[in-house]
Amino acid sequence: MKAKSSFKESAMRIVFLVAACVSVLAVALICIFLFANGIPAMKEIGFLDFLLGETWRPSNDLYGILPFILGSIYVTAGAIIIGVPIAILTSVFMAYYCPKKLYGPLKAGINLMAGVPSVVYGFFGLVVLVPLIQDVFHIASGKTMLTASLMLAIMILPTVVGVIEPALKSVPRSYYEGALALGASHSKSVFFTIVPAAKSGIMAGTVLGIGRAIGETMAVIMIAGNQPAMPSSLLAGVRTMTSNIVLEMGYASGLHRESLIATGVVLFVFILIINLCLSLLNRRAAHE
Amino acid sequence: MNNQNTQTIPNQGEQAVTAIPYKKSAFSLVMTVLTWAAAVLSVAVLVFLVVFVLARGVGSITPDLFSLEYSTENASVIPAIVNTLEMTVIALVIAVPIGICAAIFLVEYTNNTGKIVGIIRITAETLSGIPSIVYGLFGMLFFTIALGLGYSMLSGAFTLAIMVLPLIMRTSEEALKSVPVSYREASFGLGAGKLRTIFKIVLPAAMPGILSGIILATGRIVGETAALLYTAGSVAQYATPMSSGRTLAVHMYVLSNEGLYMDKAFATAVILLIMVLLINAISSFFAKKITKG
Repeated sequence: MKAKSSFKESAMRIVFLVAACVSVLAVALICIFLFANGIPAMKEIGFLDFLLGETWRPSNDLYGILPFILGSIYVTAGAIIIGVPIAILTSVFMAYYCPKKLYGPLKAGINLMAGVPSVVYGFFGLVVLVPLIQDVFHIASGKTMLTASLMLAIMILPTVVGVIEPALKSVPRSYYEGALALGASHSKSVFFTIVPAAKSGIMAGTVLGIGRAIGETMAVIMIAGNQPAMPSSLLAGVRTMTSNIVLEMGYASGLHRESLIATGVVLFVFILIINLCLSLLNRRAAHE
Repeated sequence: MNNQNTQTIPNQGEQAVTAIPYKKSAFSLVMTVLTWAAAVLSVAVLVFLVVFVLARGVGSITPDLFSLEYSTENASVIPAIVNTLEMTVIALVIAVPIGICAAIFLVEYTNNTGKIVGIIRITAETLSGIPSIVYGLFGMLFFTIALGLGYSMLSGAFTLAIMVLPLIMRTSEEALKSVPVSYREASFGLGAGKLRTIFKIVLPAAMPGILSGIILATGRIVGETAALLYTAGSVAQYATPMSSGRTLAVHMYVLSNEGLYMDKAFATAVILLIMVLLINAISSFFAKKITKG
């Protein structure tokens, strides 16, 4: 009886261990399959021609994805510039200004924002933001880099707030009290002692926001215009790496198709770098 | 100036944090207004989005939107809703047991040290940062082509299962951790083994938290598009696990992409939005249950 139950115990321990290793296996498989399918295409096109080529014309065998890399970076930068200050202020509000009664509904609202599917955001952008930008700037099409940045700024808000708000709250109370004791007002204590002390949390939130924005696909595809050319201005259309994959994968074949997978590899490498920064930041925050 | 400010701050306990002594200082006034404005703006965007979609969409919900057979004229959502349910069930059946077992391993069998635990944590973190389009590409390369599943609900469900796995792992882990050690000690003290303790004592106590994670994962699956386009495909039909079918979110994307039936797209957006908001509300209901104990 005893032997039987200890066999069961150790068997289940192995089952749990195997389950835990599924995530390791998944990451390994994702890396292997993406790189194995993407790297050969990059080699065939030429690494530099692929990464720094300014022309994307698959019908002429021109596969330069620099416009899309820049597109992704610009759109993401715009989203961060617009979204992160609002997210920081919202987090400060939630942690240090919010009347108790408002906190519950506000938190629930921010959480709901995280739950809205990206295609609904995209659709909302298409029917509200696109016409708005079109009217405000008197341009032919409202599908611009600015529109996409605005949309992404809204979409990353709950993610960024979700990291920054707990970081602000975890700053020891004594910091705040110390500032008060030195004669600072509530606002001065919050903005000059607590916010700087939560620096690494704010950085982590921003980096997470960058990851979300650069990887967002459906919302961007619906409102960014998707012209496969070098991004020229805030009010011109732009195509990101993510949109490029979705737009052309449906009909691509041969080297064209492989070059789209290679685009995914470049995006994946961006994400891995962002993840690395994030875990370094989190580790630093844990040490502090 | 500073003197007066310090006087306005009540010095006992919680109240000090919520006090708003802005009356005497321009800086305080500006910052108070700015933080309020940011918070109001954030919520206003959400409210506007929901109200706008509902106001424009509810009127477009007609009986033929719910016809049992899809045609390009009625753009019926019923096949898409059935597919969404099917997709959710398959993906959860795969991801939930793995996620919970992984969480049990992390919480009950390790003390958060050791190489394996470190690697598992790093990979789970990595997985949760990967964008859905990369999952879509991987799903296409691995499940659709390498495993030969083709554009099918199964390919899509496997892809989504990997996508929500880190979410289920993390929420289950937190739920298991929140079960007091005294429960385990009492169970061991009564002579129960480790497995019995886990399944009879710890898991039931952690259930609300685990459920909240599962429901959150359901919301992710229901709203997902990019990972499904090139794994499950976008054929508008009742799909068997081995055939291609579009879920409601994919249906919504195809409709608004074609741009022919904006009314139908609005109506579909309403249905999708209500589904997802409901799912999230249920999830936070269970999450609250666990924090209240």
